[in-house]
Amino acid sequence: MIHTTSLGAGIHFAYLVSSVLFILGIKGLSSPRTARSGNRLAAIGMLLAIVATLLDRQILSYTWIVAGIVVGSAIGAVAARTVTMTAMPQMVALFNGSGGGAAALVSSLEYRHLIQAGALPLDSGISILLGALIGAISFSGSIVAFGKLQGLLPEKAVTYPLQQVVNGLLAAAILVLAWMVLNGSGGNHAFIAFLAGSLLLGVLAVIPIGGGDMPVVISLLNSFTGLATAATGFALHNVVLIISGTLVGASGTLLTVLMCKAMNRPITNVLFGAFGAAPSATTSRAGGGAAAVAGKPVRDVSVEDAATILAYARKVIIIPGYGLAVAQAQHALREVADLLKARGVEVVYAIHPVAGRMPGHMNVLLAEANVPYEELKDLDAVNPEFESADVALVVGANDVVNPAARHDSQSPIYGMPILDADKSKHILVLKRSMKPGFAGIDNELFYDPKTMMLFGDAKDSIAKLAQTVKAL
Amino acid sequence: MIEHSLNDLTIFVLAIFVGYEIISKVPVILHTPLMSGTNAIHGIVLVGAMLVLGGADTTLARVVGFCAVVLGAVNVVGGFMVTDRMLQMFRKKSGPNEP
Repeated sequence: MIHTTSLGAGIHFAYLVSSVLFILGIKGLSSPRTARSGNRLAAIGMLLAIVATLLDRQILSYTWIVAGIVVGSAIGAVAARTVTMTAMPQMVALFNGSGGGAAALVSSLEYRHLIQAGALPLDSGISILLGALIGAISFSGSIVAFGKLQGLLPEKAVTYPLQQVVNGLLAAAILVLAWMVLNGSGGNHAFIAFLAGSLLLGVLAVIPIGGGDMPVVISLLNSFTGLATAATGFALHNVVLIISGTLVGASGTLLTVLMCKAMNRPITNVLFGAFGAAPSATTSRAGGGAAAVAGKPVRDVSVEDAATILAYARKVIIIPGYGLAVAQAQHALREVADLLKARGVEVVYAIHPVAGRMPGHMNVLLAEANVPYEELKDLDAVNPEFESADVALVVGANDVVNPAARHDSQSPIYGMPILDADKSKHILVLKRSMKPGFAGIDNELFYDPKTMMLFGDAKDSIAKLAQTVKAL
Repeated sequence: MIEHSLNDLTIFVLAIFVGYEIISKVPVILHTPLMSGTNAIHGIVLVGAMLVLGGADTTLARVVGFCAVVLGAVNVVGGFMVTDRMLQMFRKKSGPNEP
């Protein structure tokens, strides 16, 4: 008896150490120097919590547990090693969905356990329902987000009549079912219907959100899974689940708020605005701005001219967008930057907070191409520098340099902080075609007299630029 | 039972403040690794999955618990590994890249 109690105390102590390691780990992520060791600290904390749990005396058989851990670890390891950096957002979405799904299943089993034990206390009941609801939404929502980012589902916002009403009715039905589960009148069927309704709500909530807003959605769903984990912690009275889940819930919420601020749109607009629903509709909504510039000529430029302008500049600011990553041209771009630097040109990269498909995505993509992180500058740091720049080199970016965000109150992106590319002496835009960007809005920067357009595949154009600069 | 839940609630509220404090200091350039790193941390739900699977007494409960453990393990192992892969790429100006 004494032995079991001391073992129990040992497990609790291990959970405390794990929680501290998680906190220190996240703290480590606050600087590129300590980030890697921070992540390792958190991983050690996780290992400790898992090993300690295996010693729990409630566990009757280990075969299934060990088998499950082996299978899951193998899947996770293979996925983590093979994913390309461009596909990182959908990978994170999938891992996040796994966690959410696990939380929903754990809640369901705990519900069944308590019902069989004879009673569902109110506090445990509420925790279980929250864990199941949030976990299930996170699971199905993450899978839809994955499908959109991977191109398996339509990337545009999917809308249909009475969408909000349908979602509202579904949410109300879920509430009624929750009440039936809590007062015991519904039985198991009510719980299963509750779970199914939650899964459906996850799908319906993410379907109307356009691909461009997926970073916000993933960030929000990340915090959801954290909260679902915390809720299962409440149901199981397990401290380490509560602490870790809440840490993630708080961080995910904060990141979501930061991203919405970077786009100057309230979270409700991101979630319910169906941004980028139909390209024709948004273009017409862009109104005056788009109409005024339509039909204006754009200035085409040859590779030779573009290379000359870059090579004889004093300062070049590179604005990379997701198009760069799609073309897998980060390495080639870094080569051009190196060639320019060798000629004495000052080169920096301007990274918009929503460049890429998740917060900070572009930084990862450029880091993969060996761009030192000191050259990556964020919006506030780089914007004052455009006035003194000779060339702003826009590669695969569109909406984040659209001046309409500054002055056209009719534009859907009005108010979004943008990179002031138009303030530099020359603007060189590498673009596949005149197709509008992710948000489906025409970009008046392309019609600016200072702007030169170099059309073609980004990787191709950049490789040619490199050759030509080398030959100069 | 209720005291137990109030204890849990205390920890929950304090953890919100800790979470907010440590995360507001993370620079933008590390937001993706932060997201995938915290994503790995909520994989701690694996511990809950292990506990319920360990107490499962029917085949159905075992299958559901097994699925929960698999999903949790995917989240933990995948999350930490992919974060490590990203972070090893972040480097300062290094010799070979210098012109």
